[in-house]
Amino acid sequence: MRMKYLSLCAALALVAACSSTPEKKAEVATGGTATTTTTPPAPKPTGPVPGSKEDFVVNVGDRVFFGYDKFDLTPEATATLDKQAAWLKKYGQVTITIEGHADERGTREYNLALGERRANAVKNYLTATGVDLARVQVISYGKERPAVLGSNEAAWAQNRRGVTVIN
Amino acid sequence: MTTRQTLTALRRAIALAAVMIMAVAVQAKAELHLDITTGNVQPLPIAVTQFYGEAVGAQIANVVEADLERSGLFRPLDHRAFIQTPDQLANGLPRYGDWKVINAQALVSGTASVQPDGRLKVEFRLFDVLAQQQLTGLAYFTQPDGWRRIAHIIADAIYKRITGEDGYFDTRIVYIAESGPATARQKRLAIMDQDGENNLYLTDGRVLVLTPRFSPTAQEITYLSYFNNRPRVYIFNVDTGRQEVLGDFPGMTFAPRFSPDGNKVIMSLAQNGNTDIYLLDLRTRRQTRLTDNPAIDTAPSFSPDGSKITFESDRGGSQQIYTMNADGTNVQRITFGAGKYGTPVWSPRGDLIAFTRINGGRFSIGVIRPDGSGERELSTGYLVEGPTWAPNGRVLMYFKEKPTGEGGRQRQVRLYSIDLTGRNERQMLTPTDASDPAWSPLIP
Repeated sequence: MRMKYLSLCAALALVAACSSTPEKKAEVATGGTATTTTTPPAPKPTGPVPGSKEDFVVNVGDRVFFGYDKFDLTPEATATLDKQAAWLKKYGQVTITIEGHADERGTREYNLALGERRANAVKNYLTATGVDLARVQVISYGKERPAVLGSNEAAWAQNRRGVTVIN
Repeated sequence: MTTRQTLTALRRAIALAAVMIMAVAVQAKAELHLDITTGNVQPLPIAVTQFYGEAVGAQIANVVEADLERSGLFRPLDHRAFIQTPDQLANGLPRYGDWKVINAQALVSGTASVQPDGRLKVEFRLFDVLAQQQLTGLAYFTQPDGWRRIAHIIADAIYKRITGEDGYFDTRIVYIAESGPATARQKRLAIMDQDGENNLYLTDGRVLVLTPRFSPTAQEITYLSYFNNRPRVYIFNVDTGRQEVLGDFPGMTFAPRFSPDGNKVIMSLAQNGNTDIYLLDLRTRRQTRLTDNPAIDTAPSFSPDGSKITFESDRGGSQQIYTMNADGTNVQRITFGAGKYGTPVWSPRGDLIAFTRINGGRFSIGVIRPDGSGERELSTGYLVEGPTWAPNGRVLMYFKEKPTGEGGRQRQVRLYSIDLTGRNERQMLTPTDASDPAWSPLIP
């Protein structure tokens, strides 16, 4: 369990490093990436097993971020998605669920629709680069599952996200 | 007791009889009346005495008194000032001078007695102290566990007799009970009386549930459930506890509301990044698409006569409120102020639409006429959202969230009610954090 926690921190630190608002790393909570905690323990010294969920999260980056009330992909986001697409081509047997999330500064139902737009923006990009549509599902959580606690712009920026979850 | 047993018991208690008590036939001209349509209402001083007889009589009077007080329209007087006792009132006429001297304008007396068949008989009388006359008097019979409902029904009768408007005390609230950290929030369907009593959880929190709404009979609730990670609109039968997915849609369905006749549900379908509004006929199961636009069209709400629908859409570039005919024709935008407008809810009286507005980093609850005129703000805060109307269209409930503090202090979200005048904001007492309230109609 300890190892899992550490590798999760590593993943989140990486995520924070490539986002534009890396402050408050210490407050990063586990909810948005809870799926990584179900990963079987990785061998200790060698890092994530290639092709594993952990490998995807740590070495590729499982999420992209959006502007306030936006669902268009930034150059930073498409760079991450290019890496995701390459990984998904390499491991052609895995299927994915793309989660769309919103920050807390919108109304609940609008944010459900906005999250669905964001998840589909990610899906459309990945499938346009050749990922088989049949491997991809989307789900919107609106503002129900923030990744980061906090009522400030730094937290909101990390919560407006599309997360590619390896099933 | 399971949810089902409790609710069935509650419903059995509804089988009560109301009997008019002989009232003074003569109607005085200068009759006690409170006009609640004006902006600034002075609460009416009222003496609610303990109901004479069974011990439950005192509890009944307390519930009546609390209902009237919470409305903001009545100011119950301190019992310690009362001169005439409940037994004197039960066995004779009010001594009006005794009530006038403590500035009571209205007086409520009553009795509670157990009948030979085990039922509880509750009788109340409402008097106009200055005109020295009885305004109304009713007797009710109920199973003993129905006393609380009887108290709410009596409070409604008093409210109606004095304001001329229907009351809203014999009603329930369905809402989402919240617990746990924001990043792994547990949400449960919950139901309670409008005064926060008889709180019951209808789901166990394993599945994320959101946005419940009552059917017109309050026997069914439609809501969004993430059962099996497939967010879809469901119906929950309050009597049987049965849950059923609504319709067969290819994507996420959400934002459900019943039609006023209870035969249809309108909701949103999100598919391939586009959200439109659909109508589902509960009898034929036929699905009809009402909007067809690349924008987000959601949060629909029927007008009380069922002829129109208000909804929100960002088709104009930002989230705004629109109205349309119930068949999807004649779309009109009605909000044009700064910021964004969402969650429109048509008043049961038909005269207003309540909404959430987001402007300059603040949220507010407001009302606007269906033609887009007369916009007013009622409450504002870091996050206030999701208004729902009391059945008489005079009171709104919504949820208010306080921001997460520095150092990760837990955010707090609670239910509040407010008068249509923007006065008398009250927090609802819920056992846990609470959001997404929906007010029932008056219980049939």
